[in-house]
Amino acid sequence: MSTLKVLDKDYSDWVCAACGKPLQPAPVELEYLDSLFNVELPCCVACGMVLIPEELALGKMADVERLLEDK
Amino acid sequence: MDQSEMRNWEARCTQEEPPRCRAACPLHVDVREFCTRMAEDRPDQAWGTLCRTLPLPSVMARICDAPCKKACLRNDAGGAVEMSALERACADFPGKTPPLHAPPSRGRKATIIGGDIAALTAAWDLSRKGVEVALHCPCDVTDMLNWLRCTAPLDYEATLRKHLETELATLRRLGVVIHEHAPVSLTLVDTARAEERLVFIAPDAYQALLEGDAPPDDLTLGTVRTGVFAAMRPAEPEQAFSPVFLAALGRRAATSMDRFYQGASLVAGREREGIFETRLYTNISTVAPVSPIAVSQNGYSREQAVQEAARCLRCECMECVHNCAFLAEFGSYPKQYTRRIYNNASIVMGTRQANTMINSCMMCGLCASLCPDGFDMGALCLQSRQDMVARGKMPASAHEFALRDMAFANGEDCVVARHAPDTARSAWLFFPGCQLTASMPDAVERTWRWLRTQLGGDAEKGGVGLLLHCCGAPAHWSGRTDLHAEAVRTLSAHLDALGNPPLITACPTCTDMLRKALPQAVITTLWEVFDQQTSDTAFPASPLAAQTELVLHDPCNTRHDAALRSAVRSLLHQRGIRVTEPERSGEHTECCGFGGLSESANPALGVKIREGRAARLTTASPADAVTYCAMCRDMLAKSGKRILHMLDLLLPPEPSEPCGPGCCGPRADNAAGPHAGPAPSYSERRENRIRLRERLITGYWQEAGRTAAPYEALRVTYTPEAQQRMESHRILDSDIRKVLLHTEQQKTWLENVTDTESKGRRLAMFRPTIVTYWVEYTLQDDGGYMVHNTWSHRMRIIPPGHRSGNGGNA
Repeated sequence: MSTLKVLDKDYSDWVCAACGKPLQPAPVELEYLDSLFNVELPCCVACGMVLIPEELALGKMADVERLLEDK
Repeated sequence: MDQSEMRNWEARCTQEEPPRCRAACPLHVDVREFCTRMAEDRPDQAWGTLCRTLPLPSVMARICDAPCKKACLRNDAGGAVEMSALERACADFPGKTPPLHAPPSRGRKATIIGGDIAALTAAWDLSRKGVEVALHCPCDVTDMLNWLRCTAPLDYEATLRKHLETELATLRRLGVVIHEHAPVSLTLVDTARAEERLVFIAPDAYQALLEGDAPPDDLTLGTVRTGVFAAMRPAEPEQAFSPVFLAALGRRAATSMDRFYQGASLVAGREREGIFETRLYTNISTVAPVSPIAVSQNGYSREQAVQEAARCLRCECMECVHNCAFLAEFGSYPKQYTRRIYNNASIVMGTRQANTMINSCMMCGLCASLCPDGFDMGALCLQSRQDMVARGKMPASAHEFALRDMAFANGEDCVVARHAPDTARSAWLFFPGCQLTASMPDAVERTWRWLRTQLGGDAEKGGVGLLLHCCGAPAHWSGRTDLHAEAVRTLSAHLDALGNPPLITACPTCTDMLRKALPQAVITTLWEVFDQQTSDTAFPASPLAAQTELVLHDPCNTRHDAALRSAVRSLLHQRGIRVTEPERSGEHTECCGFGGLSESANPALGVKIREGRAARLTTASPADAVTYCAMCRDMLAKSGKRILHMLDLLLPPEPSEPCGPGCCGPRADNAAGPHAGPAPSYSERRENRIRLRERLITGYWQEAGRTAAPYEALRVTYTPEAQQRMESHRILDSDIRKVLLHTEQQKTWLENVTDTESKGRRLAMFRPTIVTYWVEYTLQDDGGYMVHNTWSHRMRIIPPGHRSGNGGNA
């Protein structure tokens, strides 16, 4: 499964408080209603904590959620 | 919904029925379409419309006697549309006649005997179906013209001959062989039949040939002679010389002959071939009368024709659509919506495009109250929602927030089901409803106190008990029959435990829901109880001056409860209020947008609905409004409308005992009175319920209060932007607190390290159940949290290194 790039912005100004590491783009799986998407998202390279920015949650992510709910 | 059920639903919507003019035209010319094009000054397109239906159009358009005029609804608003003159004007404008093509002959032959317009029409229609036609006229073109001229209202002799010759030339081009001055006899008929030609005997030849035979069949024009069709001149004088009636006879014969050739039924599906009564309903109550443009000797100029055509009302129903923001939102009408809903349910793979539409209906019953056939979109949508739930196809996000709210209202922090303090029985049971409790908790307490004082009660008869519970409406509206049944079961158990006393309900939705779900229960509305109290001292002083005007908004659930509506008006009158009724009131009142969980599934439409209703209340009068449903008040208040709840008026807080914080939203603090101010937020609504129960349990029954959840101890404040996001994204204070507590415990958050104003902001997330919440906050010096932003999503995150199905960090 290829990785989708959905964010252009750099999120390295966010740091994982527990690990002290800046967030780096990394492949993350998103799952909803039995559908899986491989998406590149800002993550902590140490613990894997992921950031879902507001514009993604309320934009493309919400669109896909709606689409899947209507399937 | 199976196909026959779908057809039953579809049949009740008359929007696709033809308008009265078309039904009254024996040839069923699309008069509405024609007038539309003429009014747009597109005579070429209007001519195309005529040519689709009229035989020999350049003749027929000039001699049509327009029986549609009698049926025209404009008769009641200035005078019928002058269709004859419009047709003539259209025919006189240079327009291109659509090309006619005769399909290749398949050996089918017909003999037509006669020279009137019925004979010419039959020849026209049959030749266009690929039949080889021999037309035996007992006359010539001049006689034909004389006949046509005598029926034409204008002196068209000069041009009519030219047009008749043109159309006869068209007939010849279509393969019709015209025999002028042909001898007309039964031998001609017998010869034709011997050659297996079908025969049509037109009215002008009927008497000479078939006098004495049994008359032809009215429907098929078939005669006792197989393969011979005939028409007599109609007996009614107005039809006998009507070109369009006679042309319709020719068309009827041609249809029968074509069916005969094909071996098809001569009778099936012909009920609406002649003039018929349409079921189309058109409301012209607001149409201003406009007189017809006078027709001069030379007919209409182009400009006059445009003006006259513009008088056409373009009759359609759309009665429900014009009065419902939901029905208007999706661009069609109930018959089409029925088809969309049926198709939506039939999809196996692919996107169900009608889900949002189905979940957007307010189920308020306005459409059914306006529709002449009672089409109830709400009933159809409810059925669809139940079906979607049963098949696991209901979008999870559509009603989840509302169902969570219902579960919360029926949870241990909110429910009260008790006899009045110090009594072991209840003569009455007050059921305020969970939304009134959420909107105006202090008013609920005041009302209960009032009922206990006014209705009295003693140890023997019992007092006025209290039942704080949801009626189950959200479950019903969302199609969750299981949750609704469960809510009703729990309610019934509470009622049984309290001895099934008569209920006093404050919320119109609860009243309606409970009457349907618990038919054995005795239910009286609070407003009728109020109205029965005639004592001058029953109510405290009104907060409004005598003769204050208020616009009354009836909640949609009172549509069928005239007694309740009447009690409310009586109360307002007694209170010295001058009531102004909006245009849509009483049984035709509008929903505020909360009904059917419309606003929950389609927030953008919810805004349109409530703003539309608020605007119509303001159109009735700029005065403040009043209603008697907490959700109606709050929804309309969200649109900025100043609106009172009846309890603000009847049982206002004593000056010495103002509403508590959060009750009635900021209304209680408004010096201008209780009317204004937005509704309580979603979080405040929950707090109001908790606080009311807490106050009642500890204050009236002296019992211990609830134990607060750990997250409630956090000190959290919100920026105005964060509060706005919480409302629009339906994120609760409790959701945010859970995130913050989780973060505090897990020590996991993200921190902004830029040199911007966001520096130091933290970002935390938590997924308590099926929604992931994000909170952007700063830690305050006192250890409290200042929340700047929040958002949520339903997708589950599986972080890098975690395989699918291992859970992930959210």
